[in-house]
Amino acid sequence: MPPRLALRRITKTYPAVRANDAVDLTVEPGEIHAVLGENGAGKSTLMKIIYGVVRPDEGTVEWDGQAVQIANPAAARALGLGMVFQHFSLFDTLTVAENIALGLPPDTPLQALAGRIEQTAGQYGLDVQPHRHVHTLSVGERQRVEIVRALLGKPRLLILDEPTSVLTPQAVQRLFEVLRQLAAEGCSILYISHKLDEIRSLCHRCTVMRAGRVTGVCDPRQETEASLSRLMIGADLPVQQRQARAAGPVLMRVQGLDLPRAHPFATPLSQVAFDLHAGEILGVAGVSGNGQQELMGVLSGEDPRAASDAIALDGTPIGRQSAAWRRARGLAFVPEERLGRGAVPELSLARNLLLSHQEAQTVRHGWIRSGVVQRITADIIDRFHVKAAGPQALAGSLSGGNLQKFIVGREVVRRPRLLIIAQPTWGVDVGAAAQIRGELLALRDAGCAILLISEELDELLELSDRLVVMAKGRLSPSITREQASREQIGQWMSGLWPGAAQAAQETAHA
Amino acid sequence: MLELVPRAQPSRRMAWVSPLLALALTALCGVFMFLAVGKSPLQGLAVFFIEPLSSLRGWSEIGVKVAPLLLCSVGLALCFRANIFNIGAEGQLVLGAITAGAFILQFDDGSGSGGGPLMITLALLAGALGGAFWAALVAWLRDRYHANEILVSLMLVYVAQLLLSYLVHGVMRDPDGFGFPQSRLFDQGFLLPVWPGTRLHLGIVLALLAALFAWLLLSRLFAGYRLTVGGLAPLAARYAGFSSRRALWGCMLGSGALAGVAGACEIMGPIGQVTPSVSPGYGFAAIIVAFVGRLHPIGVIFASFIMALFYIGGELSQTRLGMPNAITGIFQGILLFSLLACDVLIHQRLRWRR
Repeated sequence: MPPRLALRRITKTYPAVRANDAVDLTVEPGEIHAVLGENGAGKSTLMKIIYGVVRPDEGTVEWDGQAVQIANPAAARALGLGMVFQHFSLFDTLTVAENIALGLPPDTPLQALAGRIEQTAGQYGLDVQPHRHVHTLSVGERQRVEIVRALLGKPRLLILDEPTSVLTPQAVQRLFEVLRQLAAEGCSILYISHKLDEIRSLCHRCTVMRAGRVTGVCDPRQETEASLSRLMIGADLPVQQRQARAAGPVLMRVQGLDLPRAHPFATPLSQVAFDLHAGEILGVAGVSGNGQQELMGVLSGEDPRAASDAIALDGTPIGRQSAAWRRARGLAFVPEERLGRGAVPELSLARNLLLSHQEAQTVRHGWIRSGVVQRITADIIDRFHVKAAGPQALAGSLSGGNLQKFIVGREVVRRPRLLIIAQPTWGVDVGAAAQIRGELLALRDAGCAILLISEELDELLELSDRLVVMAKGRLSPSITREQASREQIGQWMSGLWPGAAQAAQETAHA
Repeated sequence: MLELVPRAQPSRRMAWVSPLLALALTALCGVFMFLAVGKSPLQGLAVFFIEPLSSLRGWSEIGVKVAPLLLCSVGLALCFRANIFNIGAEGQLVLGAITAGAFILQFDDGSGSGGGPLMITLALLAGALGGAFWAALVAWLRDRYHANEILVSLMLVYVAQLLLSYLVHGVMRDPDGFGFPQSRLFDQGFLLPVWPGTRLHLGIVLALLAALFAWLLLSRLFAGYRLTVGGLAPLAARYAGFSSRRALWGCMLGSGALAGVAGACEIMGPIGQVTPSVSPGYGFAAIIVAFVGRLHPIGVIFASFIMALFYIGGELSQTRLGMPNAITGIFQGILLFSLLACDVLIHQRLRWRR
């Protein structure tokens, strides 16, 4: 039998980068095939080429042994390709069935479609209700909608792009069962990820990419995580050294923090409470969209709607103070969006330094001290190994990982007393991620209090001294790192921690 | 076949070449326009681009037009950089003319001995306050009621013009003026000093100072940085703790005051009295100037020079070639369109593909 899909010597060049360089990829029928690589290795470009979104400069695509030209996603679907994107393309205000109907011929009757959705979903044990509005769905449920949408096309090859980044560990296991069932029925699956443990437990074969090239094809079940990561990054995974140390006094105390929605699709915060001590890292776990962004905004002062006494710094209420006010008192923030929030892409790195460095050293009597700004920026570039042409390089010209190194460096050199950091290693390659984690641990050892909001459970378990879980705008009690287990955190991510139901009822009655 | 290919990075060179290219394209369009109406294109272009620059009088007349254009466009450039689309500089200019005129008419007793530097300064300040007040209405409606500043500032232009018309037909009318809708002529002591032998007045110096200050603001001062960030990335401004309300009020009051000074300078300079039309659309032309000048305070100096050239060229071509008055507006419009088209080349480049 010919391979379901065979790519030969695919090359795609963008103005600044060669995204794919003579890439070969072969997927057999019924095979779960992993494409492993760091961010920027060229995985997404390759998938876009397969799905007809991007046209390759060179190379051929074969489908069931026949050379094909996939001109657009509609042609890809007609061949039997399905794709579940990393970022969902669903309209919040429409129902599930209406969303799915958008991709189908306009004369599709909605009732019949709803029946087909329920049937397909039931066949794979996916719980999808066709008449619910998308904005009422959790992220995991939305992903199931995307999968059902792809399955309705009866695909013979299903592509999933980083599907587990938004799922709880339990939901990941359910997804894997669905994928195994599909593969057993003969559907091939292309599974794109950078998570080694998932690939080893799920996939039959693995194509590893680095810097646009294929660096190896292997059976992941026969490999160790160390050997896979060597193929992926060309070096061994760095290991963090961390020492146990006693936490200092309470720096920030959050109590009874409520926050109404700022817009219809925001998550309201309800009775959030925690203490943050000097010299500790408090990790906030949780599936994204459960109030983490709102929490970050309230703590940083970007959203000054919190009750004044809900947030206290050194015992002083600060709930209504601006971000600049809080920063002047030793707080520092690293938001999850780098471009447009943590940095202005159109401005140079030196200018971006001024977003958070606004004290007398850099701005005196309203005048910017360009020489000093330039020097501090050059120091950050140097110390944090930021790959940039220099302080005058535009922030938008840096890769995501390098920009994140710069932003973290910018906040670290301010020597904050308290750092609030969200998704520090999101979209950052393994080497840079290790460096950033090392800096966070060093900062903690120097006595800084760190609130670490992350979706990556591994990262939280590696760095945090204590962990809390955020679900539906509420915060769980904290547990120490030693007590925490994956299973328990996973359960708490669904909002099922001891006393949670009772607390929810109390606020409902209040 | 030519095709557009995205550049890896926006071209800095193209950002400067594009306005020149746009000017060349405008001249080319001018050639076709003159041909179409049966005039000699060479003569036409000479009237537009050479004759105004061939005498001291021509240069000084350009300076007279540059003053209000530059005053308005410097303020607008700051606003647009901060993503505040004040397109009502014309109305703020008119209000400045009204308040400065009212001030002068109040203190000018017609004896021929009034005025002096202090009075001139106060009259300019009155103009600035008038313009700032008109802009403050826009800022307040936007701040308090989220009203769209584009719409509000534009509509307030017509209110200002009607207000001016009402006043010069009423309380400001010269009692000895045979009923003509205009005020009496101001005394010499209330007029701006001029370059001897020309109409070029102090306004050009004020305008250049404003451009210089705006350049300092944007390149050296933290306040200018706050504006820039607020315009480019509102979320980053919030992250940094910069107040968007402060940016709104600062930009509106500043640009309104500059437009008001422009209006005051017009009636205290070339016009010398309050008339129903104190501006041939300087406030609107300043929008084009701001964009042609790349929203850069030094760039707008050159851009307002070009725009002034079009005004003079338009006037000359009426007398020399018998062209209609609309020709100035046509040239201004073509320039803006050419610029927008050429700006494509900043982010993309042309490639020949067979």
